[in-house]
Amino acid sequence: MTAPTLTRARADARHRPLLASRSRAVLGAVAQRLLGAAAVLLGAATVAFVALQLIPGDPVTVMLGPGNPATPQLRARIRAEYGLDHPVAQQYLHYLGRLLHGDLGESYQLQQPVAHVIAGQLWPTVQLAVLAMGFALVLALTAAVTTAGRRRAARAAVQLAELLSVSSPPYWIGIVLLTLFSFHWRLFPVAGADGFAALVLPALTLALPLAGVLGQVLREGLETALGQPFAVTARARGLSDTAVRLRHALRHATTALVTLTGWLTGSLLGGAVLVEAVFARPGIGALTLQATTNKDMPLVVGVVLLSASVFVVISTLVDLLYLLIDPRLRRG
Amino acid sequence: MSLLTVEGLTVSFGPQRVVRDLSFTLDAGQCLAVVGESGSGKSVTARTLVGLAGHGAHVAARRLEFAGRDLTALREREWRGLRGRRIGLVLQDALVSLDPLRTVGAEVAEPLRVHGTVPRPLVPQRVQELLADAGVPEPAWRASQFPHQLSGGLRQRALIASALAARPELLIADEPTTALDVTVQAQILDLFAGLRDAGTALVLISHDLSVVARLADHVAVMHAGRLVETGPAEQVLNRPRHPYTRSLLDAVPGAHAKGARLSAPPGTGLPPGPDGCSYAASCPRADDDCRTFLPSRDALGSLCHHPLSQAAAATYARPVAVTVATDPAPPPTAAPLLEVVSVGKRYRRADGADHHAVHDVSFQVAPGETLGVVGESGSGKTTVARIALGLVEPDSGSVRFGGDRWSGLSERQRRPRRLRVQAVQQDPLGSFDPRWDVERLIGEPLARTGAPRGRARREQVGELLHRVGLAPELMRRRPIELSGGQRQRVAIARALAPEPDLIVADEPVSALDASVQAQILDLLADLQRELGTALLFISHDLGVIRHISDRVVVMQGGRVVEAGAAEEVFTAPTHPYAKELLAARSGGGAR
Repeated sequence: MTAPTLTRARADARHRPLLASRSRAVLGAVAQRLLGAAAVLLGAATVAFVALQLIPGDPVTVMLGPGNPATPQLRARIRAEYGLDHPVAQQYLHYLGRLLHGDLGESYQLQQPVAHVIAGQLWPTVQLAVLAMGFALVLALTAAVTTAGRRRAARAAVQLAELLSVSSPPYWIGIVLLTLFSFHWRLFPVAGADGFAALVLPALTLALPLAGVLGQVLREGLETALGQPFAVTARARGLSDTAVRLRHALRHATTALVTLTGWLTGSLLGGAVLVEAVFARPGIGALTLQATTNKDMPLVVGVVLLSASVFVVISTLVDLLYLLIDPRLRRG
Repeated sequence: MSLLTVEGLTVSFGPQRVVRDLSFTLDAGQCLAVVGESGSGKSVTARTLVGLAGHGAHVAARRLEFAGRDLTALREREWRGLRGRRIGLVLQDALVSLDPLRTVGAEVAEPLRVHGTVPRPLVPQRVQELLADAGVPEPAWRASQFPHQLSGGLRQRALIASALAARPELLIADEPTTALDVTVQAQILDLFAGLRDAGTALVLISHDLSVVARLADHVAVMHAGRLVETGPAEQVLNRPRHPYTRSLLDAVPGAHAKGARLSAPPGTGLPPGPDGCSYAASCPRADDDCRTFLPSRDALGSLCHHPLSQAAAATYARPVAVTVATDPAPPPTAAPLLEVVSVGKRYRRADGADHHAVHDVSFQVAPGETLGVVGESGSGKTTVARIALGLVEPDSGSVRFGGDRWSGLSERQRRPRRLRVQAVQQDPLGSFDPRWDVERLIGEPLARTGAPRGRARREQVGELLHRVGLAPELMRRRPIELSGGQRQRVAIARALAPEPDLIVADEPVSALDASVQAQILDLLADLQRELGTALLFISHDLGVIRHISDRVVVMQGGRVVEAGAAEEVFTAPTHPYAKELLAARSGGGAR
């Protein structure tokens, strides 16, 4: 009776410092990544500022729009209002200080705070991006898990579909989906942003190319993992083929998937520009298009900073997810 | 009735038959060893016995029965009921054979959960018992760890524990100790011996005859998918009948004096016909009969037209004279070529603590001699090799080469002399640029010596290839198109190209089959005799070290624990670790 108790006691004694050191290592890793994230955001803000300075011509002229005559007094007033009469270094520090307080400035065109404008358009795009990524993951997982390393004919068909979806331009996919589901079968609305039904087709348009890429990567990861000795060992324990896929191989395949998913989620903002245009939806994509055509610099800077933050947040999440998936990375 | 009966088993992948007409039986409490080199079909045999021969495998047999059940008639669902429950499988390297992303405990528990042999709440308790039974100390803690956090030996024990979890009657072990150090290997083999004695039937797949000798009751020797000889271990290992078995036994280094040849004399090289003996091309006894048809198996289990007679097998005359080798090694007191004086090297570990990879190590290599460095993994052997090569700068101590300073130099100072020290690595595939052909690989160091280009250089490469026993036609091949033995020969040719004074060889034969290993060791010995190149030979294999070395250095934990003339160290070791190492290797002997 005492022997097992003793062993357990000793095990516990060694367990605790181990756990402590492991969680310290994880905390260290988290702190390191947060610092890195701050550095990236500072970099993006600086690049945006420099780009603003390098725009040819007087910012006030840009602000006023072409062919808008203004008296020198008015120009000077605008200059003072935006702090443009100070030296560049001081402007830069002032700009960073404003950013720290979440103040992104005011849109030239809309005469509203940039933060306010972006926040107003953010939600439809977030809905679109999240649903698109959800569709893409479900499609890719289903296709890869069911066809990796078996069912030769089905595997070839799915691979062809993936290839097609990856190589088709998104607006074309959008138009095809619209033609079929909206005009022909009248299942989903043609345009707009009213409710879930209006979201399905745009999300699917964004999701299909992603699903193609993700499915290919996932299938390759699965096939590699299924060829490893641990997969043979697992099957030799009496596990079914499907159980080996789900319990063992999938986790290994996910490591490649996570990086790619992170990267693609970030790029969905860019993808949204086209899709929101095709489906006439409001959102960050439409806003970016508008800001760029109108040379509305504060708004452009705001969007740049927003996408930089999205990338930073996602890549930090990806790094942390790695630690969760692969214990071998949890070392000092 | 036997527990396992295999009769006329044939496994093919498409037109290629990798296992041909295999027959054996196995009883509870018995150990059958299946011996053969890579490609002999032994691993496919192991997997076929658990119904996992692989994609596209076609399995046929006159009889394939386990505990009275016909395995050829099983459906996948029925196989799943057997696997892990009644037949266990242990693979080679637990680092990749256990799922690296799951805890050891989860892996050991899997067969219990799949087969439901233990009520769920009791599973953790049972996992700890299984680990403890397999000799894993502090099982509760170990169960919560991941495979990479365990040492190689503990990991292998955990893998065995998972295979044994549902108490199978038959355990199939495919090279279960190949990735392990000798002392750990001995412990694992003891664990298997205990299982066998407790009534588990054991199929042990191995290329290592010393492992087989310790455990097997019966030995089956496979060549190119066929069982060429089978019988009681004592008979097959001591009085082999088939020339191939003989050549395998001869290829084991360490059993003969230094200088004895290990590789078999070359056969005729004439390829056998489709129904002939697969060994005919390499066999010194082969004739036209051997190349055309196979004889029926003789009463002693050998499949050979010209078996070695019992008397001849016992006193099998080695065909190559070994007179040259008795030249006394140059005395190490002559001006040493390489002089390593109390070098140390520390590395900072991930947790911030200093790790002494090498501590106060001294040795010398005289011109033309072979110094063997032997030790287990983590003993600092490879760091020593890198220090000798001038690739790692020691933190303390000094290295002299050819009488001049070799450590503490800038790369610019060292580079002109680099060609005098060459390296041969364990895995030449990794040390070759995969896009380069053999001519370019061997030509690269020649270019550094300022040798002429074009046709003259090609001729030089041809000479080097000839020297290492390769045909000049191989010049256009790329590394991937060469066999393991050919690659290692190219690596040796590349090392010889600048006519170095010293070759540092780090585990040069560890990745090779026994007969290829024998050929490479013979080649190195021949070259050294002809060219007088000194050799710093690093290996974990005591037999190899004993065979090739004039003097030996035994390392443990970064320190030299024993040094001296090879025969002295091997016959009368003084340090306890050296004694343990030698005992672990020779232990048991044929049963």
